[in-house]
Amino acid sequence: MVAVAAPNGATPLLAVRGLTKRFGNRVVLDGIDLTVTPHETLVVIGPSGSGKTTLLRCINRLEQPDAGTVAVGDERIGERDGRPASETYLARQRSRIGFVFQRFNLFSHLTALDNVAIGPRRVLGHARRAAREIAAAQLERVFLAEHMDKRPSQLSGGQQQRVAIARALAMDPQLFLFDEPTSALDPELVAEVLDVMRDLARGGMTMMVVTHEMSFARQVAHRVIFMDAGAIVEERPPEEIFTAPREERTRRFLAHFLR
Amino acid sequence: MTIDWAIVELAIPLLFAGLYTTVRICLLSIVLGAVLGFVLGLAAFSRSAVVRWSVRGYVDFIRGTPILIQIFLVYFALPGLGINLSEFWAGVVALSLNAGGFIGEIVRAGINSVERGQSEAAKSIGMTGRQVLIYILLPQAMRPIVPPLTNELVNLIKGSALLSVISVYELTRAGQAIISTHFVPFEIYFLIALYYYVVISAVAYLSRLLERRLPVW
Repeated sequence: MVAVAAPNGATPLLAVRGLTKRFGNRVVLDGIDLTVTPHETLVVIGPSGSGKTTLLRCINRLEQPDAGTVAVGDERIGERDGRPASETYLARQRSRIGFVFQRFNLFSHLTALDNVAIGPRRVLGHARRAAREIAAAQLERVFLAEHMDKRPSQLSGGQQQRVAIARALAMDPQLFLFDEPTSALDPELVAEVLDVMRDLARGGMTMMVVTHEMSFARQVAHRVIFMDAGAIVEERPPEEIFTAPREERTRRFLAHFLR
Repeated sequence: MTIDWAIVELAIPLLFAGLYTTVRICLLSIVLGAVLGFVLGLAAFSRSAVVRWSVRGYVDFIRGTPILIQIFLVYFALPGLGINLSEFWAGVVALSLNAGGFIGEIVRAGINSVERGQSEAAKSIGMTGRQVLIYILLPQAMRPIVPPLTNELVNLIKGSALLSVISVYELTRAGQAIISTHFVPFEIYFLIALYYYVVISAVAYLSRLLERRLPVW
C-alpha cells in the first residue's frame, strides 16, 4: 500500500523513500516509504522478523540499505551533496538522531553520569565540566539523579534503559528512534521506561518507536504502522487500527494482544 | 653425583650480574614491544586496507619464523643497512619486534571480544570509528588482554636466553662463561633455571594481582 501523506500536511522531519535491504537472498525491507512530521510519535508494530528493527537501523545507518533514501530535515543521511558521506560526516548526522537499543548497550566501563557525558564531551566537544552538567540535567530528567555514580552493572534494566535515553537526549537529537526499548525488561520495570517516553512525546519530541506495547501505542502514538514481511501493511491513527484494522494480516496480529 | 658447592657459591653473584642484564633487556623490550603491539593492534582496525594488510603481514612473519632467526636477522642485517647497534640493543630490538607482533594480535583479539552493541551505541551518539576504538573498546579490552599479555611477557623472558647466541652477557651467557672455565654444567644450568623460574613466577604473581584489581564489567 502507498504511504499516506503526513497528517496535518506539515513538512516531514523524517522522510524514508524506497528503503530496501536484503540479507543474502532474503528481502528484509521491500521499498519502505514513510514520513514522520515534527513533534509526531510514530509507532511501528508487527511480528518479529517483519523488518521493524532493520528499518530503524537503516535510518541511522547502523545498517547500510541496498536502495532508497532517508532524509532528516533537508539532509540525506549517509550522503553529502549527492555523494556518499565521509565517516566523519555520517557520524555528525548520527549524532542528531537519538537511538535507544533493546539491550540498552550502556558503556559498561563508565558510570551512568559518564555514559551520558561522553557524547557531549567527545562528540560535541564540550569542556569536561559542561558535559557533566548536561549529563546531570538529563539524568535528572529521567529520574536518576541519585544513581549517577553507579555503573551499568549496578543498575536495574529499567534504570539502564533510562540512562540510555538520557545518553541520547544529551546530544539534543532532532529525532528519536526506539528499538523495542522495553522488550528486554522484567514486566514490573516496563512502566518506568514507558513513562519517560510518554513525557518525551508530550514534550514534543519527534519519535519513531518499534514496540510490542500496544497500550503505549494506543495512548501515545499519533500514527501506527503495521509491518509484515518487510513491507508496510497498514498505516493509520491508533484509534482506527486497534479497533477496526482494515487488513486481515493486521487483524490476525492484533488478535494476539487483544484479549 | 656430587655437587661442587664452591662453584655454586662462586656462580651466584656472577649469575646475578647476568640476571641484571636479562631484567633490563626484558623491561625495555616489554615496554617497546607493548607500544608497538598497541599501535599494531589499533592499526588492525584502520579504515585503510593497506595499513590492515601491512599489520597482517607483519604479524604473520613474526609468528611464522623462529625467534632465533629473527634475532640473527636484526643482529646481522642492521649493520648492512648502516645501523650499528651493540649486542645489547640488537637484542632489545629483536625481542621488541617479536613481542610487538604477538602483543598486536593480543590487543586485536581483546578489542574484538568487546560486545558489538558497545560500538553500535557509540556510533549512535555520533562517535567516529577512531573515537569508538579509543574511548569505548580499548578500555573494555584491557582486562581480557592481561592474561595473554602475561603469557607473552613470560615467553619474552624465556626468549631472552637466546640472546646468548649473539654474545649478550645476560643470564644464560653468564652461566655459559662459568661452565666453559670450570666445566660444571649441571650445577650452573640448574642455577640458571632457578633464576628464570623465580623471575617468571614473580611476573605471573604480579599479573594475577593486576588482573584482580582490574574491574569486571
